[in-house]
Amino acid sequence: MAAIENGKKEESVLRTAFGNVLSFFILLLIGILAFSIRLFSVIKYESVIHEFDPYFNYRVTQFLTKNGIYDFWNWFDDRTWYPLGRVIGGTVYPGLTLTAGTLWWILNSLNIPLSVETVCVFTAPIFSANAAWATYLLTKEVKGTGAGLTAAALLAMVPSYISRSVAGSYDNEAVAIFALIFTFYLYIKTLNTGSLFYATLNALAYFYMVCSWGGYTFIINLIPMHALLCIVTGRYSSRLYIAYAPLVVLGTLLAALVPVVGFNAVMTSEHFASFLVFIIIHVVALVYYIKGILSPKMFKVAVTLIVSAGLAVCGAVMAVLIAMVATSPTKGWSGRSLSLLDPTYASKYIPIIASVSEHQPPTWPSYFMDINVLAFLVPAGIIACFLPLSDASSFVVLYIVTSVYFSGVMVRLMLVLAPAACIMSGIALSEAFSVFTRSIKFQLLNLLQSKKIDAGETITTDSAVTQTDAAKPAKSEGIVKERPSKKNKKKEKEPVEKATVRSRIQKKLLVLPLEASVIAILLLVLLGAFYVVHCVWAAAEAYSAPSIVLTSRTRDGLHVFDDFREAYAWLRHNTDVDDKVASWWDYGYQTTAMANRTVIVDNNTWNNTHIATVGTAMSSPEKAAWEIFNSLDVKYVLVVFGGLVGYPSDDINKFLWMVRIGGGVFPHIKEPDYLRDGQYRIDSQATPTMLNCLMYKLSYYRFVETDGQAFDRVRQTEIGRKHFKLTHFEEVFTTHHWMVRIYKLKPPKNRIRGKTKRTKSQKSSATASMKRSSRKRNPWQ
Amino acid sequence: MAKKLSIFIAISLVLSLCDAFNLDNPSSRRILVLLDDFAIKSSHSLFFNSLQSRGFDLDFKLADDPKNALQRYGQYLYDGLILFSPSVQRFGGSIDAAAILDFIDSGHDLILAADTSASDLIREIATECGVDYDEDQSSMVIDHTSYAVSETEGDHTLIAADDFIKSEVILGSKKIEAPVLFQGIGHSLNPANSLVLKVLSASPAAYSANPNSKLAQPPSLTGSSISLVSVLQARNNARVMISGSLSMFSNRFFRSSAQKAGSSTKHQKSGNEQFFTELSKWIFHERGHLKAVNVRHHKSGEVEEPGMYRINDDLEYSVEIFEWSGTSWEPYVANDVQVQFYMMSPYVLKTLSTDGKGLYSTAFKVPDVYGVFQFKVEYQRLGYTTLSLSKQIPVRPFRHNEYERFITAAFPYYGASFSM
Repeated sequence: MAAIENGKKEESVLRTAFGNVLSFFILLLIGILAFSIRLFSVIKYESVIHEFDPYFNYRVTQFLTKNGIYDFWNWFDDRTWYPLGRVIGGTVYPGLTLTAGTLWWILNSLNIPLSVETVCVFTAPIFSANAAWATYLLTKEVKGTGAGLTAAALLAMVPSYISRSVAGSYDNEAVAIFALIFTFYLYIKTLNTGSLFYATLNALAYFYMVCSWGGYTFIINLIPMHALLCIVTGRYSSRLYIAYAPLVVLGTLLAALVPVVGFNAVMTSEHFASFLVFIIIHVVALVYYIKGILSPKMFKVAVTLIVSAGLAVCGAVMAVLIAMVATSPTKGWSGRSLSLLDPTYASKYIPIIASVSEHQPPTWPSYFMDINVLAFLVPAGIIACFLPLSDASSFVVLYIVTSVYFSGVMVRLMLVLAPAACIMSGIALSEAFSVFTRSIKFQLLNLLQSKKIDAGETITTDSAVTQTDAAKPAKSEGIVKERPSKKNKKKEKEPVEKATVRSRIQKKLLVLPLEASVIAILLLVLLGAFYVVHCVWAAAEAYSAPSIVLTSRTRDGLHVFDDFREAYAWLRHNTDVDDKVASWWDYGYQTTAMANRTVIVDNNTWNNTHIATVGTAMSSPEKAAWEIFNSLDVKYVLVVFGGLVGYPSDDINKFLWMVRIGGGVFPHIKEPDYLRDGQYRIDSQATPTMLNCLMYKLSYYRFVETDGQAFDRVRQTEIGRKHFKLTHFEEVFTTHHWMVRIYKLKPPKNRIRGKTKRTKSQKSSATASMKRSSRKRNPWQ
Repeated sequence: MAKKLSIFIAISLVLSLCDAFNLDNPSSRRILVLLDDFAIKSSHSLFFNSLQSRGFDLDFKLADDPKNALQRYGQYLYDGLILFSPSVQRFGGSIDAAAILDFIDSGHDLILAADTSASDLIREIATECGVDYDEDQSSMVIDHTSYAVSETEGDHTLIAADDFIKSEVILGSKKIEAPVLFQGIGHSLNPANSLVLKVLSASPAAYSANPNSKLAQPPSLTGSSISLVSVLQARNNARVMISGSLSMFSNRFFRSSAQKAGSSTKHQKSGNEQFFTELSKWIFHERGHLKAVNVRHHKSGEVEEPGMYRINDDLEYSVEIFEWSGTSWEPYVANDVQVQFYMMSPYVLKTLSTDGKGLYSTAFKVPDVYGVFQFKVEYQRLGYTTLSLSKQIPVRPFRHNEYERFITAAFPYYGASFSM
């Protein structure tokens, strides 16, 4: 007996060792997969920073590596938001910058001379590998190693996350998603172990998250929600207390250290939920403590006492809080958070938030595009989480529910949904596989035994196949079985053992027919294959474009539009160092980073009035616009125009937002003036206000020269006003494909003309009918 | 380094705007005089001689001389231009209205005299400078109350004008006693135009009409809105004098006696000579031309100019302002030069105190606002060239370690943290 038991023990030890080595290599491969699937952008384009915000982060990182951390902390940037400037050290989430800066510093001190740009480009892929590993840890804590590996593999290539973390996409989200998952992992780990060590680590991970991304408020609301859920469902335990209370205290202290958060960590409503739950958990802890030391009778008396006293205290505290919060006009909530709770808030009150495309609600196809088959697996995962429901699985259920809601509000928050969906799908897939493989194994055993009696050499080939098949199920089952035993060690006090025994019995009963299981496994593999194909396609085709270089494939081959860099290089080489460049705020970060010129507004939309001023200038007639720009010391105006090559996200398409934002502050700009019967158009039916505004003129100046008809390929129409001259601006540069056009403000006239004569004498037509004469004199007609 | 360089460039740009004419060697200044015919050279010799005696090199040309040119190889050959050719229809050579306007826009000076025979070309140049001659080609300024008394009664087109602009800078410190004789066409200015000035205006009773025909309809120009001599100081400080009478400059008018109708005093000599000598001094920048140099600022107690200030820093600002006297730069003395510390609107506006040697300075505290500020001096005074200096300087907030380490209000919290 003992020998057999020993053999069994050895076998299981061997098995766990084998499993561990195997899962280590699987994780390594997942990391490589996560890294390499994000390199399409470098291979297809070049090693370049993408889009808009990453350019700012890149510029900040350059500053950090050049000037050190203290200068970075105190950096007052006089080259943006002229003339207000921006205290970058105090308004930026420093996590990403510090991470990349540290990476660069380590590499350089190891004598690996990589440029800052290279490090920045590859930060996101590196951290997505980290995120995949963090997902493995989190899911392992919830449902075991098998689910963990599956979830990690899914996360490594989920398109939603790829869209934010391809090589070159050097944005906060790149490291923040890792920080988010890792913080959740440490929370669950603390919850499962009740270890103060992990609780401290959890606070540190939370600190890193606060450093990295404004989305940390999601954590500091989700964890209190979960704690509250546990308390309400009677799952309060000392482990919950250890997981929650240190996080709030240490986390809030640490968060307040980040300059951009500062006192917001205790002053704004986003954080109040955590404090409220902090109070509640203490009350509950007290109740449990008193319950432990008192007899049931005494306890009932005490309950009434405590409840009444506690209610009074709570009421007083709440009253103070409400009074404090009510003094602020937005009730202490920031605009972005309010738009989360009320999806229509932003479009109603804050055009600057609504104008950003990633703040729009997503469409249904974008769910399929971004999380693909995971959308179907998530419900199965939720069900699996309820069999049985533990603290950890209730957390991931809560996570998926809230993130689905948030992703429905803002397409950008699809990114928060993606890890949750991966975890859920990982759980679902691994549970399904374990059920199917178990039933195959169980029935195969019976089948083999019965066939052995029949004795046929013919089956050998068949059995060889089935054995290799069975290798996998054996492993996954082993892993699944291994977990409860571990759990038993930790949760000795709880009556889990009985449950697991019961579940084992249930598992034995849960046997599906052999054919059905084989087919189901095949289908699941097919589903996974489909997912992989879709992810690779999304990574290669959809999400790898750097948007700073554009390509289009036509019959005559590949066209590359490198107009942005052409324009910024022109600015850098042909203008004065201190010249100010005005453009719509989208291009602010790129102008400061690539052209190194001072801009009026940029993508950090912190000053609505300033942006509205630029919007007003763009929607004003030339003279008024000139005056606005001149008062801001602007020398050059940059507009992006896609009408020639059909680039849809150009300034004319964004123009209504300029009108709205401008009109929000300066009421003389009225949106209806730019619309004909509620329709936005630039053809001959357009309103005179539209045809005379600066944006129209700067976009379409000399446009008729190109094809003689002035056909706008984005709006698919001929423009309304083709021949006109600029009076207060002069064109200084237009890129190869006309995508960026740069104008210079003309200096004020040296002399002021007299008023008479010319209209009557022989040179009459020149000024009297500008329109007519310009049409007549137009050399291009 | 780059910042310093850019500031230097900015200053030199500002200075180069001020110094459009040759500062160092005014005696070699060349002036092109375009005439209808060479008779004017002798009939107006007193005016020309006064210029030549002040060191100007006059180059007389016929207006339709085909060899006329203002510039060669992109360089201007002359520093000033006198157009005494009211009847010219087309200039010879490469000169036309646009070339003359470019000449002004590149900072050079012009004296333009029209007459009753003023051609469209001359009128167009005047219009471009903001001066509108009476549209009626044959009209003259007529004044039945302040005409110049002469032997014959005449038609009162010879006017004795004494309504001068009140500016010592433009007309010199010595008061012009005798009236200025004028005979020619009047012009008007757009009152909204801040660049042109009436130097000599007609009396309120004057009007502009054809003296040889009966007045059929009310004259378009009447009263003191008629300007007889106007000047333009363009934004680049080029100066232009425009007069409706060529004969004003003639020896005959310079020498003749002048008596204003209704006035008993008869002046032996008209005021024309003094008037035009002084006015031409102003036109050719011998007076009223300022320059600002050595713009300096630094923290109080320091000498080095910082690249950035901190909020609430105390700083000192100084600038040196000189005026050109015709031969040398003299210190400019005034008590109304102001500096602004400007970011979209002036946060600090201080009058600079002067030491009488051209140095203007002040000290003030940087406001408690960070941003990109400018030191701005916008000095615009009647008759003086415009001084427009701006120098960009960022103002940063406190560094993290510039706040107080311990504050009294927080002592309970320090106590609490130590009690743990």
